[in-house]
Amino acid sequence: MGTINPELLLAAVIVAATPILLAALGELVVERAGVLNLGVEGMMITGAICGFAVAVNSGSPALGFVAAAAGGAVLALLFALLTQVALANQVASGLALTLFGLGLSSLLGQGYQGIKPPPTPRLDLGPLSDIPFLGRVMFSHDLMVYLALGLVAAVWAMLKYTRAGLILRAVGENHDAAHALGYKVVRVRVLAILFGGACAGLGGAYISLVRVPQWTEGMTSGAGWIALALVVFASWKAGRVLLGAWLFGGVTVLQLNLQAAGFAIPVEFLSMSPYLITILVLVIMARDKSCAPASLGRIFHASQ
Amino acid sequence: MTLTRLLTTAALALGLATGAVAQDKTRVGFIYVGPIGDGGWTYEHDKGRLAVEEHFGDAVETVYQESVPEGADAERAITQMALQGADLIFTTSFGFMEATLAVAEKFPNVKFEHATGYKTAPNVSTYSARFYEGRAVQGHIAGKMTKSNIVGYIASYPIPEVIRGINSAYIHARKVNPDVEFKIIWAYTWFDPAKEADAAQALIEQGADVILQHTDSTAPQAAAEKAGNVVTFGQASDMAEYAPFPRVSSIIDNWAPYYIARTQAVIDGTWETTETWDGIGPGMVGIGEITDAVPTEVKAEALALKEAMAAGEYHPFTGPLNRQDGSVWLAEGEVADDGTLLGMDFYVEGLTGQIPN
Amino acid sequence: MLRLEPRPQPSRLWTLTTPPLAVLITMIAGGALFAALGKDPVEAIATIFWQPLFGEFSFYYRPQLLIKAAPLILIAIGLSLGFRAGIWNIGAEGQYIIGALAGAGVALAFYPYESALIFPLMVLAGALGGWAWAMIPALLKLRFGTNEILVSLMLVYVAEQLLAAMALGLMKNPEGRGFPGSRNLRQYDSAHNAELIAGTGMHWGVAAALIAVILAYILLSRHSLGFHIRLAGQAPRAARFAGVHPGRLVVFCLGTAGALAGLAGMFEVAGPAGQVSIDFNVGYGFTAIIVAFLGRLHPVGIALAGLLMALTYIGGEMAQSTMGLPAAAIQLFQGMLLFFLLAVDLLTNYRIRLRQREVA
Repeated sequence: MGTINPELLLAAVIVAATPILLAALGELVVERAGVLNLGVEGMMITGAICGFAVAVNSGSPALGFVAAAAGGAVLALLFALLTQVALANQVASGLALTLFGLGLSSLLGQGYQGIKPPPTPRLDLGPLSDIPFLGRVMFSHDLMVYLALGLVAAVWAMLKYTRAGLILRAVGENHDAAHALGYKVVRVRVLAILFGGACAGLGGAYISLVRVPQWTEGMTSGAGWIALALVVFASWKAGRVLLGAWLFGGVTVLQLNLQAAGFAIPVEFLSMSPYLITILVLVIMARDKSCAPASLGRIFHASQ
Repeated sequence: MTLTRLLTTAALALGLATGAVAQDKTRVGFIYVGPIGDGGWTYEHDKGRLAVEEHFGDAVETVYQESVPEGADAERAITQMALQGADLIFTTSFGFMEATLAVAEKFPNVKFEHATGYKTAPNVSTYSARFYEGRAVQGHIAGKMTKSNIVGYIASYPIPEVIRGINSAYIHARKVNPDVEFKIIWAYTWFDPAKEADAAQALIEQGADVILQHTDSTAPQAAAEKAGNVVTFGQASDMAEYAPFPRVSSIIDNWAPYYIARTQAVIDGTWETTETWDGIGPGMVGIGEITDAVPTEVKAEALALKEAMAAGEYHPFTGPLNRQDGSVWLAEGEVADDGTLLGMDFYVEGLTGQIPN
Repeated sequence: MLRLEPRPQPSRLWTLTTPPLAVLITMIAGGALFAALGKDPVEAIATIFWQPLFGEFSFYYRPQLLIKAAPLILIAIGLSLGFRAGIWNIGAEGQYIIGALAGAGVALAFYPYESALIFPLMVLAGALGGWAWAMIPALLKLRFGTNEILVSLMLVYVAEQLLAAMALGLMKNPEGRGFPGSRNLRQYDSAHNAELIAGTGMHWGVAAALIAVILAYILLSRHSLGFHIRLAGQAPRAARFAGVHPGRLVVFCLGTAGALAGLAGMFEVAGPAGQVSIDFNVGYGFTAIIVAFLGRLHPVGIALAGLLMALTYIGGEMAQSTMGLPAAAIQLFQGMLLFFLLAVDLLTNYRIRLRQREVA
């Protein structure tokens, strides 16, 4: 029976967590602005194919990631038009967006099966990578991992310290009051939705360009839904999204590692465990009442 | 209920008649469980369909429907093809078994072919491939190539097909390398690239330097490539984009010869119910090119093994073989019967761990 | 510049005319899509919308519409009650699975004993199973204040794993040569959810959907509980003053939705699907959320929306097999239809006016 090397395990967890981390961060901003976009899966898979196609054709993974963000944002724009201009229900619009994104990505992806994308290089961090333990765990990844971590800090700081963050939160908490104060509720929300789409697109592209890397239809296989879960799990706080992403990624990776190490574990029950643990954590954290943005999911119309 | 059943049959038969009048081409239908762009299982079936089109030209028209869910949806999709005048319908997933039989009962004049199932009817044949022959070749190469003596295996679901593959690979790996050990991960999915990547990663971290997979995506190949010194094999399709290393060979599903033969049988009016279980010999199981990353003598041995199975001189499950608990399964020289193989639910001696459930 | 002005009452005229309008716009946009893919747009649209209803083989497809629509309607009716009250159960898929497992479990436990009591017992078990699964988010919400959206969604994944465990383990057909999946309940007369009138597609699930539509209509328009539900959704504080007990409402709405979803699963497993298998669930629970909104959360609207969704599924399949359209194009087409249906709803609730320059 083998033992599990914690160093390698943690390094694997960080990589496994990156796509859901990116998507969840985007969704966090969207929800903080008071909008519930359930179309994350659709935006992720669209980002995955846009990024893949551009990276393959241009030979540059960096361009691919840019295209992925753009693709996710364009799809999110549809959602913004629907919910912010046409004032449609957000839950239904988000689900429709997922359906649309899955169909669109399969159409766009025809002819991209069985192709290997250009490799995304590991970032050379010089001596940092040689630090025992930490070097392998933290400083041996590609640029996107650090971008995602940087984004966590940026979103956290933006929400907490900047005026833009304040406006965003105000819009999410009470859109009527924010409107009365002269803030452009719809504009703020549209921007947040676009940001969310771009992040989801990046997360999807991380799967198709780095983690897997290949293009196949439906390849995100539910990551978008997990990202949605993460936001609530994190009670709308950027730092906790990071923790949650690691926990989610961690349980999956650990489950596989335990099997590989030869422990006889009931697989189905362990596969359930991330979800059961989420519910458990939710129960524990539910005492924290400062959670959900008060206007979440509600339709705003400025009646002057 | 017989009266109502009769009525339905009559109504459907009527529909069939009107649908079938206007055509003289032979229509062949295919029901797929995944999208044709899955790069694996369905992709290979669709290649078989295209081969039928190419072979027969204008004499045959093919139709297909992809991503068909099991259950009621499958039954409707199959009925639809029968109504529209298909003469022969291939249903290409185990989960379509009950639906295929139900529709076949209503359309006695249409021929049905169900992949990987075990129930037949006067107008329903079954067909499947002896993938375990390919696994034997992989096991042989794996046993020779591993330096850590640890072979990782990404399994999908604990069903006979998968267990057979594990046993076959293990038997032949152990034959050439008595110290070899298999580490098996049950992914509980046929296709989830991210999970497959994680599984491959976990196996590599456990010291595996050869990885076999019974899931369809190339994610494990990419993980192995990143690790640098890990050998892999293509599954379902050739996965040649990862050759010559890490992918050193592959098992390819090759349905084209069978599809062409069965279509020809319908055209000739010689179609009969059969239970086909073909291997390397008739070409249903293909062994992808063994690359130069494999030492010449190992490659020669692997090819010899392949030829022996193709010629029917060697069966991968030939005694003496014991079950995992040490009890005798096959005596010296005894060959496993198809019935046991089809329902295989046990590991052979030497494998560690338990089959889930 | 255009300006939106809310209507004091949703417009009856637009309520009735927007859905056909949306379908029309979708036909145009979808036609353009199909043309871009190199297919005859008119033929494609006709295949999707006309063939299943009035085409050559409509005698087969019309019953199939009912079979496909029934679980969607049954689940959506249950969900709509909660959605009206602001209770977001998006885990109907899980409740559907558990209902099916409970119903099939009863049947398999009695196999091969034949009795007229088995089917009613299965119905009961199916409803109870779905109800119990929905009670988890309900009770957690009441006791700890956890968010029901997330808990119900998480339980979908748990239910899917349970389903796989059952199909591969406890419920595996002992005569199935080791393959996953249970016995075929359609070959077990006492458990078979057969057609009530042959050739019509009417099985017990269709009947249940019809009954649910009627009961929901009565509940919402005639009963005080229906009034409370609507009030809780529109004005939560006023509802509390009116004596609405929010906890009871949560239990009622989630419980009803769960029971109906469980029933849908049970009718499906005992009839059209026939067996418990790893991939038994095909997303009815999620599609039903869309159906509920397309039907404007109104029972009759939901029935029509369910039938429309079923039509696009069945017609879409026909377009795939007869015209060689890729499944992805059909998915995209459905997405478009939903977008347009949601977008034109604007006209029901708002008036579009030209913005007039204010005189300063």
